[in-house]
Amino acid sequence: MITMENVSKTYSNGVTALNDISVHIDRGEFVYIVGPSGAGKSSFIRLIYREAKPTKGKIIVSDRDLSKLKERHIPYLRRDIGVVFQDFKLLQKLTVYENVAFALEVIETPPRTIKRRVQEVLKLVGLEAKEKMIPSELSGGEQQRVAIARAIVNNPKVVIADEPTGNLDPDTSWEIMKVLEDINSKGTTIIMATHSKHIVNTIKRRVIAIEDGVIVRDQQRGDYGYEI
Amino acid sequence: MKMELLYEINSGVTTAMKFRTLLRHIREGTKNIFRNGWMTFASIAAVTTTLILVAVFLALVLNLDQMARNIEQDVQISTLIDVTADEDQIVQLGEEIEQIDGVAEVQFSSNDNELSKLIESMGDEGQAWSMFEQDNPLNHVYIVEASVPEETEVIANQIEELDNVENVLYGKEVVEQLFQFNSYARAIGLALIIALVFTAIFLISNTIKITIIARSTEIGIQKLVGATNSFIRWPFFVEGALLGILGSLAPVAVILGGYYYIYNNFANVVNFRFVELLPFDPFAWQLSGMVLLIGAVIGVWGSVMSVRKFLKV
Repeated sequence: MITMENVSKTYSNGVTALNDISVHIDRGEFVYIVGPSGAGKSSFIRLIYREAKPTKGKIIVSDRDLSKLKERHIPYLRRDIGVVFQDFKLLQKLTVYENVAFALEVIETPPRTIKRRVQEVLKLVGLEAKEKMIPSELSGGEQQRVAIARAIVNNPKVVIADEPTGNLDPDTSWEIMKVLEDINSKGTTIIMATHSKHIVNTIKRRVIAIEDGVIVRDQQRGDYGYEI
Repeated sequence: MKMELLYEINSGVTTAMKFRTLLRHIREGTKNIFRNGWMTFASIAAVTTTLILVAVFLALVLNLDQMARNIEQDVQISTLIDVTADEDQIVQLGEEIEQIDGVAEVQFSSNDNELSKLIESMGDEGQAWSMFEQDNPLNHVYIVEASVPEETEVIANQIEELDNVENVLYGKEVVEQLFQFNSYARAIGLALIIALVFTAIFLISNTIKITIIARSTEIGIQKLVGATNSFIRWPFFVEGALLGILGSLAPVAVILGGYYYIYNNFANVVNFRFVELLPFDPFAWQLSGMVLLIGAVIGVWGSVMSVRKFLKV
């Protein structure tokens, strides 16, 4: 699903975020990316959805060689990847339904399909009753569930979550994890960067630890391994 | 809803934009017009000012052009025959002129005839010339017409070489001066128009930049969920085109109203046969169409400029 070979990323200001990392993630895996702030987790994630370009090395995401991917083909890569952020990135003026439908509209899905799919995913994240509300009327956990619904509405092969529970209290975080596990159980690969020791140590999955731009640990059913 | 428009997307493949999507772009673009009230107003005002001036210059230059062409069509060569020439020589000259290549018509006009034409053309003041009727100072004249107006000068030069020709007169200076004046008018008009067009484009691109900044979150999310750049661009094109077209409405009204007024009030007053305004229909309509098109182009150009920078294409 995702393969990185000897990937380095140096930003134009000279900071090396990632240094010669190689990793392979299979279809259907659930992977935590852990490590101190500024270790390179976000860069790792940004490389996958081609928000950033590697300085060196090869990245293959769902059979696409990103180093050869043309600028104009990036949108088609993104349609295979759902992205979830710490700050949700919802459009405040649109309703829950519209926020989710938005992702399908921009890829020109027929209206009838949009309606059916949006209702399906809202049910999946447990928000079917709140589809007419706007984000500011929802709790943080609910807003993140809308963001997840938007990320998965076009059936992506991978969902990338960059600290999805970072702004949420522990109880709400579990709701989000429950949804992500659900999605994973249906075959979607999940890559999640997190600082939550509690989550990583409770829901045991593959853990990739990045420190100073290098992968220092990669273990199945691993621990968080850091004191907060 | 099976209507589809062709447009180009990835990998050079031509595919169809759904009619529904086009409607969506138009809807989004229109919304933006209302969102940035004052900037919208400023851009429209800039386009309006520009286009009114463009229209005035175009109307002026095109009419002057037409007049110059009319005069050129009407150019006749007056061959003044030497007063000492006798009748045989005059007839011989007439035959020689007829043999010159490119001469369409040769007409003899006696000095008496020339004098009465002169008196007639001067109106009341012309009566003063009547006293010359007894002692006519004018020459007999051959009036020569070229089959192609551009040949006039060549023919006139050849006639000048013939015997018994005192002088050759044709409207060379008038035509040349008119063309000269036209080229000045055109150059000044063009410089002014270009400066104004750029001002208008700049204002429109600024307006759209504001729209884009206001919608940067939305654009970011669109890119995240896989919207193509062309999909993101379209509403801004629509907005630009609308700004341009709205800006050209007032100029079109000015053209139609103003030209109608001028044409009806002055066309018949100035009754030289070549000082003739281009007819309202179709000229004013064509000019309006042109102005509308220029407006739309200015608008789209302005939006292309700001969107391109933003999308880093």
